[in-house]
Amino acid sequence: MNWSAIAAIYRFEMQRFFRTLAQSFLSPVLSTSLYFVVFGTAIGSRIQEVEGVSYGAFIVPGLIMLSVVMLSISNASFGIYFPKFLGTIYELLSAPVNFIEIVIGYVGAAATKALFVGVVILITATFFVDLRIEHPLAMMAFLVLTCLSFSLLGFIIGIWASNFEQMSLVPQLVVTPLIFLGGTFYSISMLPPVWQTITLFNPVVYLISGFRWSFYGLADVPIAFSLLAILAFTGICLGIIGWIFKTGWRIRS
Amino acid sequence: MTTILSIRDLRKSYADGFEALKGVSLDIEQGEILALLGPNGAGKTTLISTICGITTPSSGSVTVGGHDIQTEFRAARRMIGLVPQEIALEPFEKVWNTVRFSRGLFGLGRDNARLEEILRKLSLWEKRGNAIRELSGGMKRRVLIAKALAHEPRVLFLDEPTAGVDVELRKDMWEIVAELKRAGVTIILTTHYIEEAEAIADRVGVIDKGELLLVQDKDTLMAQMGKKQIEVMLTEPIPTIPSSLAAHNLVLNGSGDTLVYTYDTHADRTGITTLLNDVAQAGLVLRDVQTRQSSLEEIFVNLVSGEPA
Repeated sequence: MNWSAIAAIYRFEMQRFFRTLAQSFLSPVLSTSLYFVVFGTAIGSRIQEVEGVSYGAFIVPGLIMLSVVMLSISNASFGIYFPKFLGTIYELLSAPVNFIEIVIGYVGAAATKALFVGVVILITATFFVDLRIEHPLAMMAFLVLTCLSFSLLGFIIGIWASNFEQMSLVPQLVVTPLIFLGGTFYSISMLPPVWQTITLFNPVVYLISGFRWSFYGLADVPIAFSLLAILAFTGICLGIIGWIFKTGWRIRS
Repeated sequence: MTTILSIRDLRKSYADGFEALKGVSLDIEQGEILALLGPNGAGKTTLISTICGITTPSSGSVTVGGHDIQTEFRAARRMIGLVPQEIALEPFEKVWNTVRFSRGLFGLGRDNARLEEILRKLSLWEKRGNAIRELSGGMKRRVLIAKALAHEPRVLFLDEPTAGVDVELRKDMWEIVAELKRAGVTIILTTHYIEEAEAIADRVGVIDKGELLLVQDKDTLMAQMGKKQIEVMLTEPIPTIPSSLAAHNLVLNGSGDTLVYTYDTHADRTGITTLLNDVAQAGLVLRDVQTRQSSLEEIFVNLVSGEPA
């Protein structure tokens, strides 16, 4: 293992993050505050409680997931797409590193940034609502796994994309709807029975449900399923990355 | 001399059937400067990209310092530095950070003194804190070289290092190359500036349509393939070449006052003495005589167009 190379990639990626630290902080804090004002206070005052938890507090896990998933994807996809776009990828390809080391460097940095923002949002939320975290270890585990797995997905998107439009295609057309329909702002039990069944095909449901369970002990689906779903998703992403590694798809001609 | 880079029957073909390299074989000695000449699309960059690991070869083998570029890619690539043709740099990154990144990427520990030495040598030290987008084109090219040197390579590839660079910077580049050679670094550069190859290379390789047409010592090449010409300038213009001089295959220039004689420098008899005697016998008075040797450029054009030099 070329640990020095992994460290170099990781540090280089984190430098980009720290260069724009204010933006990295401000934008999630602002968008979370907006969600709380709109959904928590304006609309939430009419909903009041979901399964014994105030609506404002109920949406916190979903909001964190929403930001963390989107950020993981965009960080990792830009991280690897940018060198492709600028042409600086020549250096990665001609360096004594293998693809696994490149993935660890880029995905590690993308996941770290997303995790950081996730924690910032969690702290911001405490200013608006009373939060309780029943299973802090499980909460962290879910958060870290989500950051990692969606950073892997972002990395795949970044390798696949051949222009900037394609970069936002998957996040906007696939991931955003899945998250919004995945129980971020509501409990699945609030849906008509048919939709409850259909929703179970949405993998994000398992993610948000599991994450919410770690906060309030409430879950739409059994926690084991949630864990299985996130592990399976990570496995699929790793499989695709392994295939890219073997074939050099979209990287080496 | 020891061989540091050995290329054996290297081939690269693409899915659409295009053959970018058609079986290139070449040995490069430690410490030499080899210039690869060729027109655009000849396969120069493909050759370099394949050796450096950016492109996967279809068949054939390459070893660097005895290490195969595919089975022992780590050891092979550690020895190689690459300066690409296009300026490809992160615009918002600082010079120092990007050079330090390159060193780390190649698995070397932090060595600020070494990086400082490289940046000073390339006149980049004062700019180390600048973002790359603030630098001029020439400075960016120096950053690319600094990045390639950051891991102390034994073999350096320079892909068209002076394309689009002004005369002064080009001279600087040549000086840098000469200094690296003194430090024992083997240098392979591609160029389509013949004067560049002529000025700095030890050996010249000519590549066209994916084939290496020849590799030769620069001086030998120029001597072997070079035609020499004597221009005999007359005091008075003449309307036609006198029939007594017909055997010399002379060419009379437009204004009628210069006779051009072409000969082979390696022939047993150059025919110069006879020519000058015959010119005097024909009653022509010489104003001046000068010789001219064909440049690498002419040799190159002749090779690529398939005509004998």
